[in-house]
Amino acid sequence: MITIEDIIKEENKVFSKTKLLTDKTFSYCPGCGHGVAHRIIMEVIEEMGINEQTIGVAPVGCSVLAYDFMDVDMQQAAHGRAPAVATGISRVFPEKYVFTYQGDGDLAAIGTAETIHACSRAENIVIFFINNGIYGMTGGQMAPTTLVGMKTSTSPHGRDLHNMGFPIKITEMVAQLDGVQFVTRQSVHTPSAVRKTKKAVKKAFENIKNKKGVSFIEIVSNCNSGWKMTPVKSNEWMEENMFPVYPLGDIKG
Amino acid sequence: MAKIRGAVVVDVERCKGCVICVNACPTNVLNMSKEVNGKGYTYSFMENPEACTGCMSCSLVCPDVVITVYRMKVG
Repeated sequence: MITIEDIIKEENKVFSKTKLLTDKTFSYCPGCGHGVAHRIIMEVIEEMGINEQTIGVAPVGCSVLAYDFMDVDMQQAAHGRAPAVATGISRVFPEKYVFTYQGDGDLAAIGTAETIHACSRAENIVIFFINNGIYGMTGGQMAPTTLVGMKTSTSPHGRDLHNMGFPIKITEMVAQLDGVQFVTRQSVHTPSAVRKTKKAVKKAFENIKNKKGVSFIEIVSNCNSGWKMTPVKSNEWMEENMFPVYPLGDIKG
Repeated sequence: MAKIRGAVVVDVERCKGCVICVNACPTNVLNMSKEVNGKGYTYSFMENPEACTGCMSCSLVCPDVVITVYRMKVG
């Protein structure tokens, strides 16, 4: 008879937390996709053995404290300016692996110009774009990526097309630019989606190694506290409502 | 035929009780505790440990990376 104690042994371990995540507990709400995205990025960096050569740029938003959780060199940028800061870092240290990690309020609103111009200059960086359709940290206000009809604290009757326009599909926009090598949209809500995202992250870091220009990875994620749902319900809502507007899959490269 | 048995260890104090792992488990091993941890969250535990195959589905979707997975061949 095999007991649980027989199975729980060091030689049988198949999954544990990567060493590149610090022991600090994530500051994110229960069920938030940021934690999975952090883990995937750090696992890829650990597997490629590039933690000494990697510099991350943290944004303003929920993930503003990413440098507390990611055990690689990090730099904090002003709101939306992460691609500009990453440009400077990657030009001074061309051999380093530079990535930015930004939310939709950061990248698609205040940082649109920096994002688009860094992409068109073909900087040798990876941009991670976490899209949950809302300003999560400040209390669930409407973002440029908020869906039409979606209720937020600043659009309590739903986003009105006539007053507030359409959501920006920034991932499709940057795919038009010649400086961008690899554009994909993934999610982290199911085990299979997590595996696909990890594959995409690996490809992006290999593009840096081969000096191929910008790799742009959008991760469609949930914001259960901003959407006022349970984590499981928010993932279902995301599948039903976000994915038709933001379809998953490789867009370029 | 060799059978695969698995087991998970949940870091109880770091678990935030989001229930995503319970939902992701294909063999219904996990459930939420009746008790709460130091922060007041319920946490996931192996309610049905014989069914675990160590497939890692729970650990892949865990947003707080609190699940460690073990797996071995039996027989």
